[in-house]
Amino acid sequence: MRVIVVGCGRVGAGIAERMAREGNDVTVIDISTEAFTRLEEDFPGEAIRGDGTDEDVLRRAGAESVDLFLALTEGDNRNVLSAQLATETFKIPQVVVKINDPVRAEAYRELGMATICRTRLLVDALARHVGLSADPGAEGVAMPTTPHVHADDAPTAAAVAGEHN
Amino acid sequence: MYIIVVGGGRVGYYLTKELLEAGHELVVLEKDQRRARQIADDLGSIVLARDGSEGKHLAEAGANRAAIVAAVTGDDEDNLVICQMAKHHFEVPRTIARVTNPKNEPLFKHLGIDEIISPTRMALAAIEQDIPVHELLHLAQLEGGELELLEAQIGADSPAIGRKPSDIHLPDGCSLFVLIRGDSAQQIRPETIFQTDDKVLAISRTECAVDLRRELIGNGEATAVTTLAGTR
Repeated sequence: MRVIVVGCGRVGAGIAERMAREGNDVTVIDISTEAFTRLEEDFPGEAIRGDGTDEDVLRRAGAESVDLFLALTEGDNRNVLSAQLATETFKIPQVVVKINDPVRAEAYRELGMATICRTRLLVDALARHVGLSADPGAEGVAMPTTPHVHADDAPTAAAVAGEHN
Repeated sequence: MYIIVVGGGRVGYYLTKELLEAGHELVVLEKDQRRARQIADDLGSIVLARDGSEGKHLAEAGANRAAIVAAVTGDDEDNLVICQMAKHHFEVPRTIARVTNPKNEPLFKHLGIDEIISPTRMALAAIEQDIPVHELLHLAQLEGGELELLEAQIGADSPAIGRKPSDIHLPDGCSLFVLIRGDSAQQIRPETIFQTDDKVLAISRTECAVDLRRELIGNGEATAVTTLAGTR
């Protein structure tokens, strides 16, 4: 499987490593080359320096032909923009977006995106640890119940550019 | 009309000022405390020092009764999220986003943002109007600067297209001598007819470059360079 990971923080580097070791073809994007020091020296994938919210950078990373896209930077809004480019512009079949603000995470799940919310997962884990009841919504990656906003009519970027409103 | 402006940079500041002068009711969300205070000092207590991309802050600002949310921060991703939250979470009828990377425009429109303001595109459009697509290329100076070797590319709207060298009016001191068509160079002959994409090499007195441009490229709007023909 071909995978793009945007954001080479601890989480991004961690999942990139594991997927690459399992034989997947992984490309990691980060705005800073320093972030790549989090990868092991013999990381078998590719690392590209660039802005993961920039269409041209994603194209350079091969976004036109990947199967899985993970938006994992520290910025919720950057992840949202990046993931929507992946879904709408590049039509990547599987996209997961990390949104740490629970309100925004829920809103984007309702808009049709698979989201993962660190805050909600940690709060739930701690709550259960101290004997409180589990949060039924904190189930790892929260899958959407509807398709992404425009996933059906999904016009090409060029066609969209001609639209009004 | 109740309007929420998110982002109190220069764009947000002047936008807010104009809207207030036009008599609108509004609030500005600016996440930087210092900047928020500056705006409040100038424009009154219409500023909330809050991050407008957080749902609860939009709610505090009264997003559910806003007619318009204008997201004009300097970050495209923030403006996108602010508008999407406004539209889908608070059902704001009209959302406006400032977009810095022109490539984001189609996506933003596609995602349902009602109006896009693109300072980059506006500046580009203004610049492109002033710069012809094809220019006379100055290749070399000859004879201590008295003469120049120039290359003119014949664009699609060059006045020289379909003309022969003798139809091209150049002053003395200006000579067209070689034509590059495709990959080959050929002499310019009396029967040569200029075509789009030809490149014409000319030697001209420095002050005649203007005539060369007029005849081969056109008057500057769209430009093609052409011609120079004939002449010897």
